[in-house]
Amino acid sequence: MLAEGIFAYLAAAIIVLSILVVTRRNPVHSVLLMLLLFFHIAALYLTLDAEFLAAIQVIVYAGAILVLFLFVILLLNLKEEMVVSRYIGPWPLGLMAALGLLFMITLSLRSFVAGPSGQITAALIKTETHTKVLGKILFTEYIYPFEIVSMVLLVAIIGAIVLAKKKLRS
Amino acid sequence: MSLFEMVVTPGSVDTLFYIGSMLLRIVIIFGVIMLHVAYASYFERKTIGHMQVRMGPMVVGPRGLLQPIADGIKLFFKEDIIPAESDKPVFYIAPIISLFAALSSLAVVPLFNGFVIANINIGLLFILAMSSLGSYGIIMAGWSSNSKYSFLGGLRSSAQVISYEIAMGLSLVGVMMLAGSLNLTEIVKAQERYPLNMFLIPQIVGCFVFVIAAIAETNRAPFDLPEAESELVAGYFVEYSGMRFGLFFVAEYMAMIIMASVGIVCFLGGWNPPLSILEIPYVPFAWFFIKLYILIFIYFWVRATLPRYRYDHLMSLGWKVLIPLALANIVITAIVKVLL
Repeated sequence: MLAEGIFAYLAAAIIVLSILVVTRRNPVHSVLLMLLLFFHIAALYLTLDAEFLAAIQVIVYAGAILVLFLFVILLLNLKEEMVVSRYIGPWPLGLMAALGLLFMITLSLRSFVAGPSGQITAALIKTETHTKVLGKILFTEYIYPFEIVSMVLLVAIIGAIVLAKKKLRS
Repeated sequence: MSLFEMVVTPGSVDTLFYIGSMLLRIVIIFGVIMLHVAYASYFERKTIGHMQVRMGPMVVGPRGLLQPIADGIKLFFKEDIIPAESDKPVFYIAPIISLFAALSSLAVVPLFNGFVIANINIGLLFILAMSSLGSYGIIMAGWSSNSKYSFLGGLRSSAQVISYEIAMGLSLVGVMMLAGSLNLTEIVKAQERYPLNMFLIPQIVGCFVFVIAAIAETNRAPFDLPEAESELVAGYFVEYSGMRFGLFFVAEYMAMIIMASVGIVCFLGGWNPPLSILEIPYVPFAWFFIKLYILIFIYFWVRATLPRYRYDHLMSLGWKVLIPLALANIVITAIVKVLL
C-alpha cells in the first residue's frame, strides 16, 4: 500500500516537474526544476532496488550534465527568452499529432506482455547487491556493446578536441 | 531489511524501535559534528595565528574558547540583507542546498563499527553524488545574487569542483577494487588485512590524488580561488549576510570534515588503530577522531603555508596531472590484484 503511494507520488511529481521545466520563462529556473526532477527519478530507481542506477543518475545527470547546461545558459547570459518562430505552424496541428500519438500508445499498451523472467531476479539482486550483478553482466554478457559505446564516446571526445583546437593549427 | 521495506511492511514489530534508534543516532551525529564545525573555526584561527607568531582569538572566554559561540550568536542576530535585483527564491534556497548536501553525506560515514545512520551498499557513490550536489548551492548563490563578483566566484568554483570531482572519484576506484565493495563499513573492514590497518601504503598514489582533490573540492587554500578576496571580494557569497552567510560557512567546514572522514574511511583505516597495541579500550570512536583532528590540522597547515594557485595552473594540475595519475593508479592496482 505504502509502496504504491510512494510510486504514485513520484510519478505525479515527475509529470508536474516535467511540465514546469518546459514552461518556465527563465532558463535557470528550468534547469533547477530539472535537478529536482532527476532526484525524483533517482528515488524511483531506489524503489526498484536499483541503487547503483540511482547513484549514477545523480552523479552523472545531476552532477555533470546538468551543470554543463547551467554553464551554457549562464555564459550565454540570456536577459529574456529568445523569440524564435515556431517549427510547426498552427497549434491545432500539433495538438492533433500529440493526441494521435497518445491514442497509439494507449492502443499498444493493451497488447503489453511481460517479458520472460531471466536469471537475474529481484531476490538475486537483494543477496548479491545491485552493483555486483550489474557489473558482472555488463562485463561478461554485454562486453561488446559496452566496448562499442565506449568507442563512440571516445570518438565524441576526440571530435570535441579537434573542433576546439582548429584555430591553433591554421 | 532496508528502511524502505521496514516502513512499507505493515505491522513490522521493529519499525518503531528502528526509527527511534535512527533518530537518536541522527541527533548524536548532528550534535557532535555541529560542535566540531564550531570549534574547527576556533582551531583554525589558533593554528594559523601561532604559525604567524600571533595569539589568535584571546578575548571572549578563557584563551578565547567562547569565540565560536559569540560568532554564532552575532551571525544569528545580524540584519539579513537581500539584494533588490536578486532572484529571490533561488537566493533563499542556495545556502540551504549547500548545507543539505554537506549534512546528508554524514548519514553514511561510520564513526565506529556498526555506528552509522544508514549502512547502504553504495555509500561511497552516495558521498560522491552529494558532493556534486554541493556545487549547485555555489552556482545558484553566484548567479542569483546578480553581482559580478559573486557570479565570477560561482563560475570559478563550479568549474573547479567539477574538474576535481573526476580526479577524486578516480582516486577512490583503487580503494573500491582492493575492498571489493562500495559500502564504507566493508571498506574499513577490508583494510584490516593490510599493514597499519590502512590502504595508505598500497594506495599511496590514490591517497595523494585524493588529498589534493579534497582540498580543491572544498574550495580551501591554496585552491580557494572562488573566494580570492584580492580580486573577487569574497566570491560567490559576497551578497549574503547574517545567518544566510552563516549557513555557507557551516557548509564549508562540514564539507571539510566530510572529506576528511572519507579520507579516513578509505585510506587511513577508519576506526581501527594503526597498531593493535595502541587500541584505546572502551572508546571505539577514539581513533576515528584522532585521525580526523590530524587531517583537519593538515588542512589548516596547508592554508598557512602555501600561496594561492593561479587559475590556469589549477586547471592544468587537475586535468593534466591528477587525472592521469589516478588512471595509472587504477591500471596498476588492477594488474597487481589480478597477479596476486
